[in-house]
Amino acid sequence: MAKKPKKIESKQMSFKESVPYYVLLAPFLLMFILFTVLPILASLVLSFFNFDMIKTLDFNGLDNYVRLLVGDDIFMTTVKNTLVFAVITGPAGFLLAFVLAWFINEFSPFIRTLLSFMFYCPSLVGNAYFIWQVAFSSDSYGYINSALLSMGFIQEPIYWLSNAEYLPTIIIIVQLWQSMGVSFLSNISGLQNVNGELYEAGAIDGIRSRWQELWYITLPAMQHMLLFSAVMQIASAFSVSAIAVQMAGYPSVSYCVDTIVSYLSDVGGTRYEMGYASAMSVILFIMMALSRSLIKRLINSLGND
Amino acid sequence: MFRAKEYNSAGKRVFMRVSKKSQAKRYTRSKVGNFFYILFLVAFGAFSVLPLVYSIATSFKPLDELMIFPPSFLVQRPTLENYLALPGLLSNLRVPLSRYIFNSLFVSVVCTFLYVVVATMAAFVLARSEIYGKKVIFMLVQFALLFNGYTLGIPRYLIYSYTGMIDTYWVMILPHIASTMGVFLMKQYMEGALPVALLEAARIDGAGPFRIFWQIVLPIVKPCLLTLTLFGFRDVWAAIPDGTVFSETLKTLPTIMSQITAGGIARSGSAMAVTVIMMIPPILVYMISQSSIKESMSSAGIKG
Repeated sequence: MAKKPKKIESKQMSFKESVPYYVLLAPFLLMFILFTVLPILASLVLSFFNFDMIKTLDFNGLDNYVRLLVGDDIFMTTVKNTLVFAVITGPAGFLLAFVLAWFINEFSPFIRTLLSFMFYCPSLVGNAYFIWQVAFSSDSYGYINSALLSMGFIQEPIYWLSNAEYLPTIIIIVQLWQSMGVSFLSNISGLQNVNGELYEAGAIDGIRSRWQELWYITLPAMQHMLLFSAVMQIASAFSVSAIAVQMAGYPSVSYCVDTIVSYLSDVGGTRYEMGYASAMSVILFIMMALSRSLIKRLINSLGND
Repeated sequence: MFRAKEYNSAGKRVFMRVSKKSQAKRYTRSKVGNFFYILFLVAFGAFSVLPLVYSIATSFKPLDELMIFPPSFLVQRPTLENYLALPGLLSNLRVPLSRYIFNSLFVSVVCTFLYVVVATMAAFVLARSEIYGKKVIFMLVQFALLFNGYTLGIPRYLIYSYTGMIDTYWVMILPHIASTMGVFLMKQYMEGALPVALLEAARIDGAGPFRIFWQIVLPIVKPCLLTLTLFGFRDVWAAIPDGTVFSETLKTLPTIMSQITAGGIARSGSAMAVTVIMMIPPILVYMISQSSIKESMSSAGIKG
């Protein structure tokens, strides 16, 4: 019975049928095209131009891209850093956001709200990472230095934020700590929504452990929400920048934590090479789009052995 | 089998609750597992809540305690002077403070409301209709999230100025509505939450799309609506329009608060007091929205 209407639905609607739906879609579509699609197109076009925001606007074909990929060592360093951050903070942040949501899902609403509030705090408190600056402060007064000194592990303070050896790790920690944002809360509301009857049916079908239940029932039922959270994680993992610039400055010691986003903001904001910056954001976009399709394939295969 | 029978004889709500509870009990962790589980939650929670504690503590520190380095984490001799200094710092504003408060509330409430409604309507169409062009629009929505916003600043500014939005309330409201995150989230949520059969049944009973949206879809997606309200509010509340609003009478709280925060070390206590005050509304919205998400509402109204 349930399947029949599905078939009718999946047919393309007639024009008359679709009018009300277009009306519902219209306000968003209008704003979306005006403030998002058009600017993105403009940025795409600009990436083929030499544009200094004041007077120069010369078409220079693929020059920007050639210069980026062949002649710009700093860009290559930032690509490497971006990938390192993305590969570590992306999956880790994604898993953390899901696992924590899954853990606290079985508590009573009160405890759930309290715990999720605690985890969500870093996102709720704007610019919360200043506390890490104090912790990793490079003199002997920084929390971590003074603790290590007083316990005798080190003899003199470590320059945490100007040392290419420690910096990347520190930025990764802070980034992960701040990543319990949008995906975490949306996972909670998604888990609330997994139909209880599915677990019921699963128990009859011989599911024996929490892990089997997670793998065969919860994850497949959460597929759509997981895709959302994955795309959000990709967007933030490839855009690590604000934290690094705030904590290590720009440029950081031997560019060790400078990412594509930091670099393109600098090129656009202080060198006024907007065409060049646009070309960078196009390349960044392509990297993210590729990882999205990879991850989408992974998520679609969830729950199959 | 015995369990299934027991559930079937019970009412719908009871059924859900019972199955949820027995769920938690059926697969128990080992004691060691339980220990690590709780340890992990508590440790991570404490770790996350630190900046909030620190901000609040600092806002109550007297000047000499603020100057100590390293800053002590908690306050030794709490004082209200940072808060009491605020009226003085705000006294030479060109417009009364109430005007900024009004602007902030007006922009945040209108914007959040429109954001949630517009996104939910669009998500419903993308999730549960078969109109022409739906797939393309949804792809664009997803990919737009992956495009870094930095280079979009100039084109956006041009669009604001062509449409005459510069220096109006609109420039603080409309661009937020174009954010695709809400549509994407809501659409994905609906894919899991809106039973096709239920919508089809309503359609056969003669309900049009608007009525279905209002009477069936909205109640079902309530948990996600609340979450979206929080996201929308959080972003717009803290937003400082850069270079698009000049009139003093249109400026919002974050703008003048950032002037206080920029006042250097002598004002760091008041800056922290400002930060704490500005955190209150988002936290309130958080508390209200999250605690209203009480229980699973997924299959309310339909039998699978």
